[in-house]
Amino acid sequence: MPLHLFRTSLPVAFGYIPLGMAFGVLLQAQGYAWWWASVMSVLIYAGSAQFLAVGLLAAGAGLVDAFLATFLLNLRHVFYGLTVLERYRLLRGWRQGYATFALTDETFSLLAGIGAHPSDDRRFVLGLSALNQSWWVLGSTLGALLGQSWHLPTKGLEFSLTALFAVLFVEQVKRRPEPWPLLVALGAAAVCLAFLPGKAFLLAAISISVVGQMLLPDKESA
Amino acid sequence: MRTDLEVLAFVGVLAVATMLTRFLPFWIPARFTQNRLVNVAKRSLPAVILLLLTIYSLKDTKFTNLPWGLPEMVSLAVVLALHVWKKNALLSIAAGTGLYMVWSNGLLSGLF
Repeated sequence: MPLHLFRTSLPVAFGYIPLGMAFGVLLQAQGYAWWWASVMSVLIYAGSAQFLAVGLLAAGAGLVDAFLATFLLNLRHVFYGLTVLERYRLLRGWRQGYATFALTDETFSLLAGIGAHPSDDRRFVLGLSALNQSWWVLGSTLGALLGQSWHLPTKGLEFSLTALFAVLFVEQVKRRPEPWPLLVALGAAAVCLAFLPGKAFLLAAISISVVGQMLLPDKESA
Repeated sequence: MRTDLEVLAFVGVLAVATMLTRFLPFWIPARFTQNRLVNVAKRSLPAVILLLLTIYSLKDTKFTNLPWGLPEMVSLAVVLALHVWKKNALLSIAAGTGLYMVWSNGLLSGLF
């Protein structure tokens, strides 16, 4: 199990460590002590929201504005939770609480893309969630500690997350999903790229896709 | 500059806002999450979300000027082709990312 977890999580490490470092560098450049990067990555653990937070801190945003902006940016998580609901309900107590807290884009993608672990899925879900977060905390702490002085050749390493999403998408396509929801999603993506190119893209495109799917006739019940 | 206590309050607010979005589905009564429409949507959500995440992660690609998004598109094609061919996730991801890094750091400039 430990080696399997590590191999599954490795592409996320390649993405989270350089992205976390970029976040840490940005935050300390605003004059915050290095450990604030670690604290935020432990307590918030949401990549895009933490980058947004640096901007909100710099702009002197109020708590209500910060709350609303973060909530809306992260609202796409609701769809992830809906998809893994039954699977996460098998986890007990704090384990379910932690796994839910740590449900990022990447952890969701891995869990949804490769399905349940045959022997011990509860341990797999919990271990993968914790391992992925540890990469993020490690990267942001390193970035904040090293500041602008790091010159590691990490440019482009974030592409591993694009590659991870693409590979997991191929895994899903192999299961022969209905083509219509994917075409609806492509259409939604095109519309949202044209009109909402910023942070609202994911929430808008997922919402349009879900509503679009609900409007399609359900072949299985027909 | 805010005091440490103010930053902590700020971080706490962001943590609660983020946690709300992750815990909400677990608090929605089952009769809303188990109806037919939600199940129809849930069945294809993984593929839909993975497709949208792939597109979203490429949103900053510049298609209108040099290098016309070629590093992204070719590296992505390598990932997809390798994965369909070899079915080894780590290999596909490593090869595509390696190519992308080499390309976007200008190490291929002699070839083009």
